[in-house]
Amino acid sequence: MQPMIALQDLTLAYDRHPAVHHLSGAFAKGSLTAVIGPNGAGKSSLLQALAGLKKPAEGKMLFDGIARHDVSYLPQYQAIDETFPISVLDVIQMGHWHRVGPFRAINKALHQQSHAALSSVGLDGFADRAFGSLSVGQRQRVLFARLMVADSRLILLDEPFTAIDTRTTKDLLRLVERWHGEGRTIIAVLHDFEQVRRHFPQALLMARELVAWGATPTVLTSENLLAARAMSEAWDVDADICRGAA
Amino acid sequence: MTLVYDWLVGPFADFAFMRRALVACLALALGSGPVGVFLVLRRMSLIGDTMAHSVLPGAAVGFMISGLSLPAMSLGGFLAGLAVALVSGLVSRLTAQKEDASFASFFMISLALGVLLVSTHGNSIDLMHVLFGSILGVDDGSLLLMAAVTAVSLIVFALIFRGLVAECFDPTFLRTLKGQGGAYHTIFLVLVVLNMVAGFQALGTLMAVGLMMLPAIGARFWVGQVWSLIGLATLVAFCAGYIGLVLSFRFDWPSGPAIVLTAGLFYLLSLFFGRRDSLLIHFLRRSHLRS
Repeated sequence: MQPMIALQDLTLAYDRHPAVHHLSGAFAKGSLTAVIGPNGAGKSSLLQALAGLKKPAEGKMLFDGIARHDVSYLPQYQAIDETFPISVLDVIQMGHWHRVGPFRAINKALHQQSHAALSSVGLDGFADRAFGSLSVGQRQRVLFARLMVADSRLILLDEPFTAIDTRTTKDLLRLVERWHGEGRTIIAVLHDFEQVRRHFPQALLMARELVAWGATPTVLTSENLLAARAMSEAWDVDADICRGAA
Repeated sequence: MTLVYDWLVGPFADFAFMRRALVACLALALGSGPVGVFLVLRRMSLIGDTMAHSVLPGAAVGFMISGLSLPAMSLGGFLAGLAVALVSGLVSRLTAQKEDASFASFFMISLALGVLLVSTHGNSIDLMHVLFGSILGVDDGSLLLMAAVTAVSLIVFALIFRGLVAECFDPTFLRTLKGQGGAYHTIFLVLVVLNMVAGFQALGTLMAVGLMMLPAIGARFWVGQVWSLIGLATLVAFCAGYIGLVLSFRFDWPSGPAIVLTAGLFYLLSLFFGRRDSLLIHFLRRSHLRS
């Protein structure tokens, strides 16, 4: 196993309260990992840190040969301004940013890539529609098309299928599997255990601390899930004390 | 025919100060269009207003130092507005406070300080002048200043357009790619203050925001793309300037309120009869459902 990202004793804080405690381990190159755990387990914080939006309070994240533009991050839906007047095509074209930057023109080949991405998420003919006029599921398809155009080696998805209809979820999961087949490394925060069992070979179960990390069948055992729940119930009492300190 | 000419062209053909005022309106409209549209898109419609007020103490200090001199007052106003904008932005980034709360705090401090300075070191006529401006008194110097500000802001807008749009729509996207997105926001705030200062000589600090916001907000009832919003807002701002000037000349009204009220009329008409999301459209849709 060739690690793409190694976490060494990673601790992330939110308002000085630790959100993730002393997490160590590695995401292998080309792996497809589901991050699961109870609410408030620090899953989103972990993804934000991997996306470079949050600095570790302690510990390290070691990236092997990945530059900033090799990473794509799809945050939870609320982060985007849905009322912004922008066309579907322009949203997808944002994915070219690391190639064209703020000034260079988007040439014909890149244009074609954008249109190809649009049809592979099943939205042919939607290029000129306003992004805000689409349904929630269609918007998520557009954002997946943008990920596709960005062509990143590391893809981070924060609850990509929450509030998304089943058919869209199925189509988008197929895309995720296609990316996995292309050798990209994908890390997704998910809630649906059945989905994780079926589509994600690796799983990381956390409840602020690491509970289990490895092949999905060995992680999603009833003992581990019980342990995660017990840990989550124990926090509220003294969440600000770092009991796991070595 | 001559009546139409007398009304619409005459004042500008006969009087140099009216021609200068019209050119000033064109310059202000070209700058205000994009600034207003992005203020609306960034949900900062009211922040434009607070920034206009915060220009006041700087202008007052400029006035105290060198009398009723436009360069001194403009520079002072620019520095004061910039200080409020940057400090508010910084505070909201360092603390959990929302940006509008920081803006509200610093602009109130700035405004009170400005009123205190003007009333202890000037007189109420000066205060009225700073608050409400006088577009009919625009001289060559201030016209040059406005034109320069407009030129600079249009060029800078062209340079940051793509980044500004990307950052407004999806703020985390650029931060993931570049590790920062704050630069576009800061450059934009500088442009807002610049255009505010350019407008205050002509319309006063209070009215300058009106020419920025009313056309930009009204435009959203007609068109649905960033570039078309900017185009329409600019056109409307200039037309409001022109019509406002004609009205103020004919009826001897103060020009600032006449211009802003004209822009306000456009906003109200758009609200009722606009092509997108207007009250008329809502009414028609309801009757469509009923039948």
